[in-house]
Amino acid sequence: MTTITRTLPKTRSTEPAPTRKPSFDVRQILFWLAVGAIALFCLAPILWQVLTSFKVNEDIAAVPNVYFPTRLTLDHYIELFTRRPFLRYIFNSALVSLVSTLTCLAIGAPAAYALARLQPFGGRVIQAGILLITLFPGILLLQGLLEIVQIFRLGNNYLALIIPYTAINLPLTILVMKSFYQQLPKDLEDAARVDGYNTWQMLTQIVMPLTLPALVTTGILAFIFAWNEFIFALTFITEESMKTIPVASAQIGGASVFEIPYGPIAAATVVGTIPLVLLVLFFQRQIVQGLTAGAVKG
Amino acid sequence: MQAASGNTIRAREQRTGFYLVLPAVLLLLLVFAYPILRSLWLSLFSQNLATELKPVFTGLSNYTRLLGDGRFWQTFWVTARFTTISVVLELALGMAIALVLNRAFRGRNLLRTIAIIPWALPTSLIALGWTWIFNDQYGIVNDILLRLGLIQTGVNWLGEPFTANVAVIFADIWKTTPFISILLLAGLQSISPDLYEAYSLEGATPWQSFYRITLPLLMPQIIIAALFRFAQAFGIFDLIQVMTGGGPGGATEVVSLYIYASAMRYLDFGYGSALIVVTFLLLVLAIILCVSLLKARSRKLESLES
Amino acid sequence: MSKLELKNLNKTFSPKVVPVKDISLSVGDGEVLSLLGPSGCGKSTILRMIAGLEEPTRGQVLIGDKDVTRDRPGDRNIAMVFQSYALYPHMNVHDNLTAGLKLKKTPRPEIDKRVAEVSHILGLDDLMQRKPGQLSGGQRQRVAVGRALVRRSDVFLLDEPLSNLDALLREHVRADLKQIFAVQKAPVVYVTHDQTEAMTLSTQVAVLNNGYLQQLDVPERIYTHPANQFVAGFVGSPQMNLLTLPCQGQYALLGDFKVPLPALPTVPPQIVLGIRPEHVQLGEAEGPAMVRGKVFLVENLGMHNLVSVRVPNSQGEPLTLRILVQPGQWAERDLWLRIAPESTHWFDLQSGDALNKRG
Repeated sequence: MTTITRTLPKTRSTEPAPTRKPSFDVRQILFWLAVGAIALFCLAPILWQVLTSFKVNEDIAAVPNVYFPTRLTLDHYIELFTRRPFLRYIFNSALVSLVSTLTCLAIGAPAAYALARLQPFGGRVIQAGILLITLFPGILLLQGLLEIVQIFRLGNNYLALIIPYTAINLPLTILVMKSFYQQLPKDLEDAARVDGYNTWQMLTQIVMPLTLPALVTTGILAFIFAWNEFIFALTFITEESMKTIPVASAQIGGASVFEIPYGPIAAATVVGTIPLVLLVLFFQRQIVQGLTAGAVKG
Repeated sequence: MQAASGNTIRAREQRTGFYLVLPAVLLLLLVFAYPILRSLWLSLFSQNLATELKPVFTGLSNYTRLLGDGRFWQTFWVTARFTTISVVLELALGMAIALVLNRAFRGRNLLRTIAIIPWALPTSLIALGWTWIFNDQYGIVNDILLRLGLIQTGVNWLGEPFTANVAVIFADIWKTTPFISILLLAGLQSISPDLYEAYSLEGATPWQSFYRITLPLLMPQIIIAALFRFAQAFGIFDLIQVMTGGGPGGATEVVSLYIYASAMRYLDFGYGSALIVVTFLLLVLAIILCVSLLKARSRKLESLES
Repeated sequence: MSKLELKNLNKTFSPKVVPVKDISLSVGDGEVLSLLGPSGCGKSTILRMIAGLEEPTRGQVLIGDKDVTRDRPGDRNIAMVFQSYALYPHMNVHDNLTAGLKLKKTPRPEIDKRVAEVSHILGLDDLMQRKPGQLSGGQRQRVAVGRALVRRSDVFLLDEPLSNLDALLREHVRADLKQIFAVQKAPVVYVTHDQTEAMTLSTQVAVLNNGYLQQLDVPERIYTHPANQFVAGFVGSPQMNLLTLPCQGQYALLGDFKVPLPALPTVPPQIVLGIRPEHVQLGEAEGPAMVRGKVFLVENLGMHNLVSVRVPNSQGEPLTLRILVQPGQWAERDLWLRIAPESTHWFDLQSGDALNKRG
């Protein structure tokens, strides 16, 4: 709808009303410029890190900046995996994220179904509570959880992360899955009841196969959140070999206090974000769907 | 809701539903409710190095200390400023981008994918990147500005209070604007084009279309996005910890950093709890304010429309 | 195979929303009962209460003298065909058919036997491995019926099973269903808003409106002896002429003409006259129960013409009578019409009840 195509922020004036023009259309050009600008805006910092990660140290420290590497080097990447247990970090992140995601789905999906269809006691209170919880910043929970971690000696234990991550991802999981369940035709569940399925059988044999796409979507979102989580990972895991990627990368230090290894840091950034970029590339549609479903319901 | 007597179908359903919900509720209570309540309790005690890390009941003394704690109010101010500016700019920019993306064009899916990436990446890693970008000697921002002749010497971005704030706000906007634009875009696409066509037939300008149709219809999404972003920005930790650590001299120290320092660095647990409680209450207050403000505005827009 | 009985069923969602107010009826072995009525009359709610998918606020559901009102649907041994068919999308036809039997732990040879039988009756043999998404609407409908048949349940419920089929297919399937009903013994309850289905398929028809039973009777009598104005107007296509007429002495005034009233205990000030378009006879000249009017609309229904005649009325608005006649040149003609007393129905204006209960 050309009447609302805006290429500039609201504060500026709009383009004049469209007139019949041949192929050379100013608005088209402006539009594509805007698209390019947006793309560049989104990718610039990442691209810069990618470039940096392949530069030799001289290029990195060159003033004025050298944009494209004069020579390509894999040294930083090699250093990443040899001088530091980066593979280990990847494993840690992957394990914690995967387990917490699966647990979250296993707990959250039935809960969402119950809220969508079964109206359990206190259902409305629970839903309101869940919405409220999504607004809590993690810092408010840190001290309390730290105490629990210390009491149960879960320091430097994967569980110290898996349990909070599961909980943090529950609200969004429940909200998104609930809206998916509500969209299922009720007839199907009626037919199952008439056929004799009880609730648990119905959930596992009828409903779940149908909502598999939704589970995948929600799982991806949960995985992303878990992978990126920082403050709990920073606080609960201090043992070097157990650290997750976000924490370990932020703590990459150089040989001396004054030397900050920007090369390896850039390489860490690239390696640490590749899995997520791949996820986004393949599951873009599902991610947007999941988020809008959750947001609309909220 | 129908009253359910013990053995009816409805009652059995409700019972099953209760059991299905129970694990989630228990876990959420443990991870979310317990720490807050614990902090509430602990805030009435002193537990720090002076007490050899044993809790000593001190009543409301932590709170009185908090009232006079300049550093806390400083961080609160920094946080409020950061949050407001970020969220407002993100919404405006996100809206603009969503409007641009609202028509079908080749490569739109690709652009959407690209737009999700900033949001999907770990904040701490990207913060490392921004630190490098804003580096005063080797940073690319200074390089571009120098080349364009806009500045004479490199700006010490992360070393000066004002520019440090600019840098973190910019990084935050980078991370979340594309994401907001995706959410708003989804909302835009649910508005039927018929409405715009009908309105333009009556002679409306694009601005009027936006103000009278788009904005009111999109208000629910905007409110939700604003609310989420507000709460998120209020509790921001990763970005600032990695980029500036709160510096220079506390210029970018947000509340969450102060709370973190209290607990982890100063081991002042009682006081940290008080900080947590107060922050929590202030956050709730701010949210209620936001919600009622936005709801009032949307009501005003609705009446304008009619 | 056992009798289904409903006793004073009531479903109240809220003081304002009471879809089923008070329904009592029974269906025996071999009987097919249609629940017929407009949307919102409560028929689907009643069916769901029989199935156990809704719980009655008051009243009882009995199957074979056993009170099942509080039992789960799966425990009632009923089978249901849904309007949308509700086939399990991720299972193929064979698994759809056997799902309920497997849950009841029916032995494998028995399952196979029943599936073979039903598949044969409904022609599903070639479709067994396909998933619902790969079937046409008509095929899906047959699978839905098959899934219900295979259960050999005590009661067989159908919720508007034909409404999603196109008109031609509907006729075919209707005929098929009639044959199926004839063979199987369990009581059948069939919900529909289509009177043709109700009339052709059932042994009894329950006409419902607004949560109440309007009339429970065999199809023929519903048509020839409607118990009230609602039933008269609902059943029969084209719709019965229903005219509110003032009364004077022994006559009802139809416009400027008089129609003799039947024997009534008291003559009300106003009365509703009902006569089906096909029962209005063409006449030659003035006479008892004759009216005259001018044609203003002719609708060609194929085998007949539906002609609308305007009868002048010096007391007020002209009245419209619709008549069903052989195709011909009817436009603009003046016609004498006979309101045959033997085909005329009379209804009380206030209650809508039929006034002349003929034998």
